[in-house]
Amino acid sequence: MIRLILARVLQSIAVLFFVAAITFMLVHLAPGDPFTAAVDNPELSTAVRDRWRTAYGLDKPLPVQFVKYVASVARGDFGWSLSKHMPVSEVIAGAMPRTLTLMGSALILGFGLGALIGRVQVAHRGSVTDKSISGLSLLFYSMPDFWLALIVLLAFAYWIPILPAGGAADPLHEYFTRYGRFTDTLKHMVLPVSTLGLVLAATVARFHRSALIEALPSDFVRTARAKGLHERTVLRRHAERNALFPLISLLGLALPALFTGAVFVEKIFGWPGMGLVIVNAIGSRDYPLVMGTVIIASVLVAVGNLATDLLYMAADPRVRVA
Amino acid sequence: MLEIAVAPVTWARHTSSASRRKALLAGGLLALLVLLGLLAPLFAPYNPFAQPDILAGADGPSLSHPFGTDLFNRDILSRVIFGSRISLSVALLATLLSVTLGTAYGAISGYAGGVVDTVMMRLLDAFLAIPRLLLVLAIVAVWRTLPVSGLILVLGLTGWFMLSRIVRGQVLALKERDFVMSAEALGATKFRILWRHLLPNLVSPILVAAALGIGQVIALEAGLSYLGIGVQQPAASWGSIIRDGTERIGTLWWISVFPGLALVLTVMCFNILAEYTRERFAGQTDA
Repeated sequence: MIRLILARVLQSIAVLFFVAAITFMLVHLAPGDPFTAAVDNPELSTAVRDRWRTAYGLDKPLPVQFVKYVASVARGDFGWSLSKHMPVSEVIAGAMPRTLTLMGSALILGFGLGALIGRVQVAHRGSVTDKSISGLSLLFYSMPDFWLALIVLLAFAYWIPILPAGGAADPLHEYFTRYGRFTDTLKHMVLPVSTLGLVLAATVARFHRSALIEALPSDFVRTARAKGLHERTVLRRHAERNALFPLISLLGLALPALFTGAVFVEKIFGWPGMGLVIVNAIGSRDYPLVMGTVIIASVLVAVGNLATDLLYMAADPRVRVA
Repeated sequence: MLEIAVAPVTWARHTSSASRRKALLAGGLLALLVLLGLLAPLFAPYNPFAQPDILAGADGPSLSHPFGTDLFNRDILSRVIFGSRISLSVALLATLLSVTLGTAYGAISGYAGGVVDTVMMRLLDAFLAIPRLLLVLAIVAVWRTLPVSGLILVLGLTGWFMLSRIVRGQVLALKERDFVMSAEALGATKFRILWRHLLPNLVSPILVAAALGIGQVIALEAGLSYLGIGVQQPAASWGSIIRDGTERIGTLWWISVFPGLALVLTVMCFNILAEYTRERFAGQTDA
């Protein structure tokens, strides 16, 4: 068991090494470097540019630069952000909690609501309710996050102006009472979290519905029914427990998609998290910040996947034995 | 061997007439959309670039402009019809590329096995760990603006990871089967076995992945164009038309809402087709 976990952790580290290599290559495959493009002052002589290249180590061969980069990343040093004028790690550390709050709340909403919807559908399978919910979940499943974000923004910030249109807090947030600050934060979270959560809930509902229906013809469900148990009990205590495993694997799969969604949602609602950081970093061609955010986002996904696998092991004794 | 012989492939068995009707409707709608895009100059009421009265700016939906006009007084309906050309062709070509890559990578990895398989799969894990949008953003960031062909390339090159994992799994299961062993015993080359014996058995997961992939790419391209780094002016995809309206979404809502509806409808049709294909082929792969 411990060896299995250890092997899995080592595997995650290997994956992250590859991620660093891929990101590094992507950025360095491009023509030019920060001192051919970003410093566009024609007065700047080649000698000056070359001196800066030497100062930043850009004159060394790529493999040497890569080893240096990986070594400093391993120490938590992602370099200096050219646009924010502070260490990349500080920029990311400031933004990450907000993104995690957004994604965490969306995960809870998405999985809670989605599993509930799936269960209701299976309890009434084949009925008009089931079919109309299926149609609705297909609609949300097909909706790009950024467009849904625009629509909820339009609906609840402009047409029915009950919620703030953007940002993470009111300009006067600091002067509110403790209760006022709490409700203010909550109000600013409603639209971004529901956008992400609704799209996720649609995916979860579709997935959970088919997993439950797949579990229904199995022997343990027949046994439970033969014991004379109520259909609701059969569904919730017998079928759903076994349909939990696909749901756990979906958790790992959902993370990259959720992060992608967060990028758009943060951009639209002006939520100052990692998504907004990366969009702005790309706008200002801040390569160290781009590389740092890509790597940290991948770390998040890898850690999430690792946690999912461990959760799976904890929940399913069959995996532990194998 | 015997089991294969007595288990005939009956596609219809797994699909209800209702889901067949739905798939037919989705397919019909998509065919209509492609036709509309191909014959755009015939169907579009206006020239999508014409700015008849630039001082009038953006007008809401009316009889003469059902979807309204944008800030430059261009007709949104015509722009959406012409935009379908770029949105759909980018998605189709990118998906074609990623399906080819994903199938080849997965089939080679699964059939080769051993160290080759392990290395190829760990590399794939890394690609899967980077959220696709970030991968695309990182590429686009360093190349400044991309032409449409570059966009297709980037979207195609980042879309094959999941499919190749599925294909590998199928190949692992298939290569132990009797028909592959008999082909090997007859001295068929590795390429022939992959091409003639394994590939035909992979058609269903590939079709499902292709349909889902097209839907994803349409949405992703729209997202990139919305961020301003996809399709560049004056060309317009649905995503870039949506972008035109985001600055003043509160007042000029029609600029972003109508192209978005076209987008959602299209993605939905592809998802319905994917679902239908999966149902129809269910039970065939594990026969």
